[in-house]
Amino acid sequence: MIKIENLYASIEGTEILKGINLEVKAGEVHAIMGPNGSGKSTLASVLAGRDEYEITEGSVDFLGEDLLDMEPEDRARAGVFLAFQYPVEIPGVSNINFLKTAINEIREKKGLDPMIAKEFLAQVKEKSKLVELDGKLANRSVNEGFSGGEKKRNEIFQMAMLEPKLSLLDETDSGLDIDALRIVANGVNELKSPENASIVITHYQRLLDYIVPDFVHVLYNGKIVKTGTKELALELEEKGYDWIKEEAVSA
Amino acid sequence: MNETLTLSTKDKFLSHFENLDFSFDADFSKENRDRALGFIDSLEFPTSKTEYWKYTRVNKIVKGDYQVRFPENEVEIDLSVPTKNCIVLVNGYYNEELSWFDNQEGVVFSSLSAAKENTSILNDKFGTIAKDSQEIFTAINTAYHQDGAFLHVAKNVKIEESFYVINIIDDSNVLSNPRNFFFVEQGAEAYVVLKTISMSEGSSFTNMVSEVFVESNAFLEINKIQDDNGGDFQIANEQVEQASDSRFKINTFILNGALVRNNLNIELLGKNTETWLNGLYPLQGKQHVDNHTYVLHREPNCVSHELYKGILDDQSTGVFNGKVYVHREAQKTNAYQSNANMVLTDNASANSKPELEIYADDVKCSHGSVTGQLDEEAMFYLRSRGMSEKSSRAVLLNAFASDVVEHIGVEAVRQEIDAFIDKNYQSIK
Repeated sequence: MIKIENLYASIEGTEILKGINLEVKAGEVHAIMGPNGSGKSTLASVLAGRDEYEITEGSVDFLGEDLLDMEPEDRARAGVFLAFQYPVEIPGVSNINFLKTAINEIREKKGLDPMIAKEFLAQVKEKSKLVELDGKLANRSVNEGFSGGEKKRNEIFQMAMLEPKLSLLDETDSGLDIDALRIVANGVNELKSPENASIVITHYQRLLDYIVPDFVHVLYNGKIVKTGTKELALELEEKGYDWIKEEAVSA
Repeated sequence: MNETLTLSTKDKFLSHFENLDFSFDADFSKENRDRALGFIDSLEFPTSKTEYWKYTRVNKIVKGDYQVRFPENEVEIDLSVPTKNCIVLVNGYYNEELSWFDNQEGVVFSSLSAAKENTSILNDKFGTIAKDSQEIFTAINTAYHQDGAFLHVAKNVKIEESFYVINIIDDSNVLSNPRNFFFVEQGAEAYVVLKTISMSEGSSFTNMVSEVFVESNAFLEINKIQDDNGGDFQIANEQVEQASDSRFKINTFILNGALVRNNLNIELLGKNTETWLNGLYPLQGKQHVDNHTYVLHREPNCVSHELYKGILDDQSTGVFNGKVYVHREAQKTNAYQSNANMVLTDNASANSKPELEIYADDVKCSHGSVTGQLDEEAMFYLRSRGMSEKSSRAVLLNAFASDVVEHIGVEAVRQEIDAFIDKNYQSIK
């Protein structure tokens, strides 16, 4: 589904990603772990199309298309979804109206008619239930006055509504209590299918108790330095990241 | 020959009015005109040295070549405004064919000229609060106004249906001086929509003056929409007086016009009043818009809320100068003032000057001014959900404008402003 080759990216002259190689196939869940500052969020941002990063080398193929050449909205329309680490508060913009606009713009690009109001509302109802998001929140301004957990649940709610092919979950677990974590993870698991894939970025192993990855990659200093299965995550939890750093340095 | 050469800008401007005949006018109005001529004699057009006009040059306006023009042709326009009460002026003259109104008991809504003949209120009040002695453009309006709208709502009469006053400019280089008078008696309630529409292809100048009286315990809302054409000029002066326990709201929307200057003066002369002044100026091209507001807190326990927002695109300029004056008698005053500007390009600019002058010691007053750009993080968030750059921008600008728009008490006006923002910010770039 997505093939990242030798990807280098920098911001304001500082190189953050230093040759990432990663392939994710349909139906797979990949976890990317690593210490703070290793480039995890940068990778998510670059894939979603945030433009303050400069791509200096490498390529990203998404379903046969050059992802790096696409505008953020075109990536979303092609099926990429980023669940933000820090969801943005947008006062004055209704959560529901914005989502309706987004969905209908995506449908328009695909040559489909706008979703009829009844169907849209039925989906809102069904999918907000999935993440136990209070119906009232759906009608409020985007993320405005939401608690940390509500913001993250709102991200998964949007993901459920947009039905992406590839979901990038950027530190979706950070700052969540165990109940919120369970709800968020449950939402992600419910949405899993053989046709879609997820890249789960996290600092902690905790989330991976709920969202079980097929592969775990360790990102350090802008590179994937180790790849394994879910057992690798447990090992990291136990031993921390220092041994990875040492290995990386000695390599 | 010599005389022509030495003709001053003021004399040249005033020569546009040479052929006007006001002999038909009511006596009190003629006296006002004469008095105003005296003020015009002693006043000069403001220059960049005049502090009150520092950011707005009137040279371009006053040097224009105009005609005061009675409309000869039928005006073809679709005025599908949803109301039973609509006074239409064309080039400042009352147009009976285009107007319609159905005066119910306790309401007089008519042309100003008709009201001058029929009502005694004008005899007592007309011209009493307009600042002819200080403002040359106001004095010019008093001296040379053609016609305008008159509204009188009697004691305790509440009217939900809006009173529309529409001034249409039907050609280029038209000079007009519309004059309005709104009087809402004790305990009465009314909504006014005051709108300028221009069919000019440029360089018409509208110099409008409105005198507004809100009597005790009354409520009046004015929605003012300035939709001139790209090359037109407009100066509008509103002079408002509020008596005790009254509420007054004015929402100003400047949608078009090359140069628009608004002088809004509100005097709170009784206790326990509440006032809202809101403004929205979404500007494009080389538009220059200057909003000057003045709120005088003269008595205790009055509240004023002011919110002006600008969206400045292309090479446009937005000027805001809001002054709140709290008299030493005006204890327990609450005065809030805020001006926010969204500057969309490097060539657009915002000048913002909120001023508080306070002589009472037990008051709550605050003012703020913010100038910023479109929130890049919010733009990315919306785009990452599949919304185009254009519609993300329109959505954010709509949201920026929303706290002004939500003050509009007239549904049709709210829809018009929303539609304007959607249309303008979806279609550019």
